[in-house]
Amino acid sequence: MLDAGRTDETLLEVNNIEVIYNHVILVLKGVSLSVPKGGITALLGGNGAGKTTTLKAISNLLKSERGEVTKGSITYRGERVQDLVPSDLVKKGVIQVMEGRHCFEHLTVEENLLTGAYTRGSSRGEIDADLNMVYEYFPRIKERRKSQAGYTSGGEQQMVAIGRALMSRPETILLDEPSMGLAPQLVEQIFNIVKSLNEEEGYTFLLAEQNTNVALRFAHYGYILESGRVVMDGPAADLRENPDVKEFYLGMSDEGRKSFRDVRSYRRRKRWLS
Amino acid sequence: MPEQFIWGMEVFANGLMAGVLYALVALGFVLIYKASGIFNFSQGVMALFAALTLVGIMEGQVPFSHLINAVFGTEIHHFGWHVPALAAILLTMVVMVLLAWLVNYFIFRHLVNQEPIILFMATIGLAYFLEGFGDIMWGADIKKLDVGLPQGINGTIDEVTYNLFGYGFFIDNLDLWATFIAILLVVGLVLFAQYSKHGRAMRAVADDHQAALSVGISLNFIWVMVWSLAGFVALVAGIMWGTKSGVQFSLSLIALKALPVLMLGGFTSIPGAIVGGLLIGVGEKLFEFAIGGMIGGATENWFAYVLALIFLVFRPQGLFGEKIIERV
Repeated sequence: MLDAGRTDETLLEVNNIEVIYNHVILVLKGVSLSVPKGGITALLGGNGAGKTTTLKAISNLLKSERGEVTKGSITYRGERVQDLVPSDLVKKGVIQVMEGRHCFEHLTVEENLLTGAYTRGSSRGEIDADLNMVYEYFPRIKERRKSQAGYTSGGEQQMVAIGRALMSRPETILLDEPSMGLAPQLVEQIFNIVKSLNEEEGYTFLLAEQNTNVALRFAHYGYILESGRVVMDGPAADLRENPDVKEFYLGMSDEGRKSFRDVRSYRRRKRWLS
Repeated sequence: MPEQFIWGMEVFANGLMAGVLYALVALGFVLIYKASGIFNFSQGVMALFAALTLVGIMEGQVPFSHLINAVFGTEIHHFGWHVPALAAILLTMVVMVLLAWLVNYFIFRHLVNQEPIILFMATIGLAYFLEGFGDIMWGADIKKLDVGLPQGINGTIDEVTYNLFGYGFFIDNLDLWATFIAILLVVGLVLFAQYSKHGRAMRAVADDHQAALSVGISLNFIWVMVWSLAGFVALVAGIMWGTKSGVQFSLSLIALKALPVLMLGGFTSIPGAIVGGLLIGVGEKLFEFAIGGMIGGATENWFAYVLALIFLVFRPQGLFGEKIIERV
């Protein structure tokens, strides 16, 4: 896979999966992607394109939503993982940070972080060391460690959610829409932290994001999903320059930025690949 | 000291003791509610079932004997042995853990991520099932339960109060034991929920099933654990109530008294269940003592509910309940 990420070793391989909810609703119609070790791979697309479903199919949270992978395979380090329960996957080093943060609101920030270490049999000392590591990356939540997570701001909750995932000592983090509902400045801040976690600590990220612009600036490789299919993939730098991506996802065209109205009417006439 | 006042003090003390028993049942509700967000309607029936099983094991009763006799035309009722109380309690605990596992396996495993109301309905079904099942398994007659807890008037208190006020208070030894055990239970449970890894996971599950799954907490494990704990509390409550008033099916009705207790104390607070229980116990006894006579008595039947109603209007989360978090 070209120059995806920083190594050639593939950690996660999703092969042509089909996902059906409630036995009738077909959501993914053959999605394939691969996540190289040490890279940030972005999964892009609009609402309902299937980004979250893809992540949940990997982390196996689908079952609790009555969804199932009916075709295709998901392998992690060459091993079939789609029949494992989420806790087994966490033990293997794959953890999902869910869309919309999902902090435990009645637990304090620190307790939230500690739940992340649930699957580990580590000693108190090791866990404390990891707590400090998380607080170093997110100094802002250190100040709020004793407050109930439900009372912290959206940005802080996103930091808690990511920190909580880090506490499980993962290898791969499935990060779902970290920018949701946050001010642009905070989005930038969170993506910068993701980037440094990737570069300094070597975490691998698979990132689902609607904010194509930000995601393509930080990711190494990107996949674009549309109604349950991968319609395009390539190194982030190439995608950023691609005229179609520019037009549909970045709101730009050869003549510069177009008015939203023009884009919409144009889009109605020409839908690509479907 | 005026007599009225001294009698009032005795009523107060007895109210505290009665409150402890309410609190014990309420505690089971709080535990499950905290851990899974389920309001477990079957908690009272679980206490009944635990008490029935305990008596059955102690007396060497053959489970399902009526059913077996009816189908096979046999006449067996007893194994003919007696199991010592402590061993029987341990065996009953094993049965309660098994029950917890079955409840999770057949019901709650399939209801992950469902609305609380659906989970609540499931526990209503469970309550009726367990009641009938307990009946078939152990028979519906009233049974005497004696696990060796001391009963009767406490001599020391009688003597001390007689010397102080010239009037000896009647305090039942059983109630004192119930108080002591309830305190131990609460301290143990609070420490467990607040500071242990599994206790924390339990609270996490109550907040958000999916997020708990996503960090690798096994819902099945936590739920079996929680239902086992609730079974344990039910067993303790069943022993206390069973010893006091015999093991009978009206025992499951005391669960209803636990509702006002919870509204007072708050559904999510373990200390709240205790304080709520004491308040209701003392409140209804004192009310009956002071005002009951004037309005025809039998106020104990409704006092708790009226108190709960007042709380619902002015402080819906109860005295110690978690504040309802609302962000805009």
